[in-house]
Amino acid sequence: MLETLEERRTLGYEFDFSFIWDFWPELAWGAVETVLLSASSIILGFVAGASLAVARVHGSRIVSTIATFYVEAIRNTPLVVQAFWLFFGLAAMGFRLPAFHAAIITLVINVSAYTAEIIRAGMESIPKGQFEAADCLALSRWQVLFHVELPQAVERVYPALISQFVLMMLASSIMSQISVEELTGAAYGIQSITFRGFEIYIVVAVIYLALSVLMRFAMELVAQLAFTRRRRLGTPL
Amino acid sequence: MTNIVEFHNVRKSYGAIEVLKGISLSVPKGGVTALIGRSGSGKSTALRCVNGLESIQAGELHVCGRRLHENGVKLRELRKDVGIVFQSYNLFPHKTVEENITLSPRLTRGFSRSQAREIAQRVLAQVGLSEKASSYPEQLSGGQQQRVAIARSLAMEPELMLFDEVTSALDPELTGEVLRTIEALAKQGMTMILVTHEMAFAKRVANQIVFMHQGVVWETGDGKMLDAPQTPELRNFIGNGL
Amino acid sequence: MGMSVTLAHYILMLQGMLWTIALSLMGFVGGTIVGLPVAVGRISQSKLLRRALALYIAVIQGIPLPILMFLCYFGISVAGFNVPALVAAGVAMTAYSSAYLAEIWRGSLQSVPKAQWEAAECLALTRLQRMVHVILPQAVKISIPPTIGFLVQIVKNTSYAVVIGFAELTYTARLINNSTFKPFIVFSVAAVLYFAVCYPLSHYSRRLERKLKRA
Repeated sequence: MLETLEERRTLGYEFDFSFIWDFWPELAWGAVETVLLSASSIILGFVAGASLAVARVHGSRIVSTIATFYVEAIRNTPLVVQAFWLFFGLAAMGFRLPAFHAAIITLVINVSAYTAEIIRAGMESIPKGQFEAADCLALSRWQVLFHVELPQAVERVYPALISQFVLMMLASSIMSQISVEELTGAAYGIQSITFRGFEIYIVVAVIYLALSVLMRFAMELVAQLAFTRRRRLGTPL
Repeated sequence: MTNIVEFHNVRKSYGAIEVLKGISLSVPKGGVTALIGRSGSGKSTALRCVNGLESIQAGELHVCGRRLHENGVKLRELRKDVGIVFQSYNLFPHKTVEENITLSPRLTRGFSRSQAREIAQRVLAQVGLSEKASSYPEQLSGGQQQRVAIARSLAMEPELMLFDEVTSALDPELTGEVLRTIEALAKQGMTMILVTHEMAFAKRVANQIVFMHQGVVWETGDGKMLDAPQTPELRNFIGNGL
Repeated sequence: MGMSVTLAHYILMLQGMLWTIALSLMGFVGGTIVGLPVAVGRISQSKLLRRALALYIAVIQGIPLPILMFLCYFGISVAGFNVPALVAAGVAMTAYSSAYLAEIWRGSLQSVPKAQWEAAECLALTRLQRMVHVILPQAVKISIPPTIGFLVQIVKNTSYAVVIGFAELTYTARLINNSTFKPFIVFSVAAVLYFAVCYPLSHYSRRLERKLKRA
């Protein structure tokens, strides 16, 4: 069963994908957990990120500075360290938080910082004339933000947002390290039983690739629904 | 006859540079005033003071019964009465023509969707673009976009309309449709101030022409002023234009 | 409970940091050696080559780095070699970096104004000469800010080597936490060490980008 390294070099490795028959429920459930984890984090992370971007662009000096510190701190430290800090930190303080929730909190904190930067760039790329016109139509600052600024900013940077969210879905794989039972965690579990590590991770890689493609497709669909101009005209803003 | 706009010795500076050096002029209700002059003469700045886009440092400025030289002027309220059309139209690209027009009436005046739609249809008819209500700005020509911008301001039912070089960015064959729209508005009695380079138009439509030079009102008069300029500066300016 | 965090622990973490930097450099150098030909190949005349390389990049960019680490770790073992975690992590980081760097550099090559390509053609230079003397120097200049920006990603992403037990900074920090149970101290120190390397690079990259825009 377990050849020596010598045998592998000379005789070649015997691939064995039979574990798929026995363990496909674990893999499927792991994929579902990954999707749930990612979807929740994307929605919450988007809202948090947009709020941060607004705080940086329109907030008072203090608010804007705090938001900037937050964004820079998150963007310049690894997600893994953030996850460990939160998960083990909360455990040490005695909070019995389910790993899944800790993972969502970590992912939301992380993706919100990157989202904030992307949306901020979108907001700053809007021609100033748009704001003059909106002000001169007697719109309040909040009305300008919600009806003129944010819709245009988000539509402009949507491709970058899609890429960022797909990256986050892939990064959720590391949450297996804080015992979340998502896809990578499932793979690790199967591997420790069957010792078919290479085959297992090939299969899991293919599943992640499929999830990436599906996610992009789903987010493109959301864009078509949300941005009616894009749906009708097919051109970028 | 009440004056909708009154400048009394208004001064305005950008930092150390004084752009308006004590200008005085008035615009009566129903009046059409054209501001002409070289770039840098202060005409656009003067226009932008009227709806509060620029602040003034000295003098008095009365607009629609409000005193803009004092603190605490509610600009949002003022801008319900003063409409402005910009050189670069500034239509909202992510909204249809109708949505561009109905946005402010719905949000700032509390009209319902259907009420706002009726308003939009009325003003679009006024500018001759009824069939374009569901189009997006990028599908329209420059002249059409500018007319939509005019309609968008009209939907607020302002007392006063400001036009800031609204044909300068257009190809020559498109300026005609915009100027005709403005002329029609003037005939309907709208009070307006136009900053423009279109001398022939100013002569025909404006009942007051104000020539500004280096931040000062240099000459004022009606259309005949352009045929018989009093000062060499105006003579040079027109000489170059016509 | 647990022992306190001692000086020895901090020294261990600094050692971990050194391994992090070593792995980052491996990834960057390896990624350059592999990624540069891939970038050039992506704009070649051959449709087959372009498509094949696009597939390579899409696959690498479409799977999580921890999975890539596992694949390299088990893959090398499957080929019959017993290698330390460092090599497996290095191969994974090389593959990972090569895909992203190739895309950055392809973008830089394509950002060189078309007029430059045409001017070089008119000078009757061969394709290789055009690339080396006219296009590449300009592309390199454009590529420096995003490349430095990606270097930040490399440094952060070495932390994924934790899954194959490579003793870089994050793995070391976790080990220390397992015996001291002082997660806030331990992981904060780790975070500060990462920040100390990443933030100056990020800042520098942004400054270069602003300078480039103004030029």
